[in-house]
Amino acid sequence: MKKALKIIGIILLVALVVLQFFPTERNISTTVPETDFMLVNDVPDQIKNKLQVSCYDCHSNNTAYPWYNKVQPVAWFLEDHVKEGKAELNFNEWDSLSNRRKASKLKSMISQIENDEMPLASYTIIHRNAVLSDSEKQDIINFLTELKNKL
Amino acid sequence: MKNLKMSIAAMLLLTLSFTNAQEKEKMNHNHGDMKMDGMKMNMEKMNPAAEAVLADYFMLKDALVGDDTKKAAQAGTKLMASLKAFDTKSYTKEEQKELADIIADATEHAEHIAESAIDHQREHFKTLSKDITDMVAITGTKNTLYEQFCPMYDKGSAWLSTSDQVRNPYYGSKMLKCGKVKKTIN
Repeated sequence: MKKALKIIGIILLVALVVLQFFPTERNISTTVPETDFMLVNDVPDQIKNKLQVSCYDCHSNNTAYPWYNKVQPVAWFLEDHVKEGKAELNFNEWDSLSNRRKASKLKSMISQIENDEMPLASYTIIHRNAVLSDSEKQDIINFLTELKNKL
Repeated sequence: MKNLKMSIAAMLLLTLSFTNAQEKEKMNHNHGDMKMDGMKMNMEKMNPAAEAVLADYFMLKDALVGDDTKKAAQAGTKLMASLKAFDTKSYTKEEQKELADIIADATEHAEHIAESAIDHQREHFKTLSKDITDMVAITGTKNTLYEQFCPMYDKGSAWLSTSDQVRNPYYGSKMLKCGKVKKTIN
């Protein structure tokens, strides 16, 4: 019995090592396009910083990769999130949207933050600095609401 | 001998290109017919593609009135398909641009409605209703529609109905008759 457990353990360990040789596609871009949310809107520094840390990892062309995000299978899990996140909303491509689409996106952002659906709990559990406090949430929501009303 | 081969090849090429040209002409012809049809339908305010979108929208609205998440999700999926099938070719350049924008936005809302819980479905239904109202302003419709309004849901929200009786899709059984007719379309 003990021997069997040992064998299973070794197999798992080997599998984990082998997994590391299957790298994921990194979501990294060194340029920020002209259509970026921060470039076309007058965003206060504090909110800028918060959006960057809490949202841009999955909702832009550039993810910050701490070491644990490079380890499999975490990297795979993250890659999926980034793909889905960018399809839903990409801050880098903000200004390529029509006013109708912008209004829709802003409405969704506001309601997602209001209902604590974003940033994802599975993300903030590791990225503690991505957690939004109640006052930070309110600031962001106010800013986004104002932006929506100005469209 | 070499000459003969060459001329056979040339003949073959000629026939090929000739039949090809004929095919093309045929296709162009068909295309022209389709365009005519489209224009006629537009004049009669009866675009079947727009009517299909509206039918799915109303199925969704009724599902939300009945607090039926599952049926609403199904309607969302159907709506995605009817929006995708909407060919805007018969409209002016400007209208096409506007319609493409409306369709893109509405598709996204339909997608979310297809996979969300009822609160979320209702949230998306609000913006979707605006998209569909704007679509009808361009395409027209054969039926009389009523734009209805509930002042309580999310600082006031509108929707479309085929009946002048108010049945609230934002609250369902909780507040079935909250709202009023704001505008009659057609």
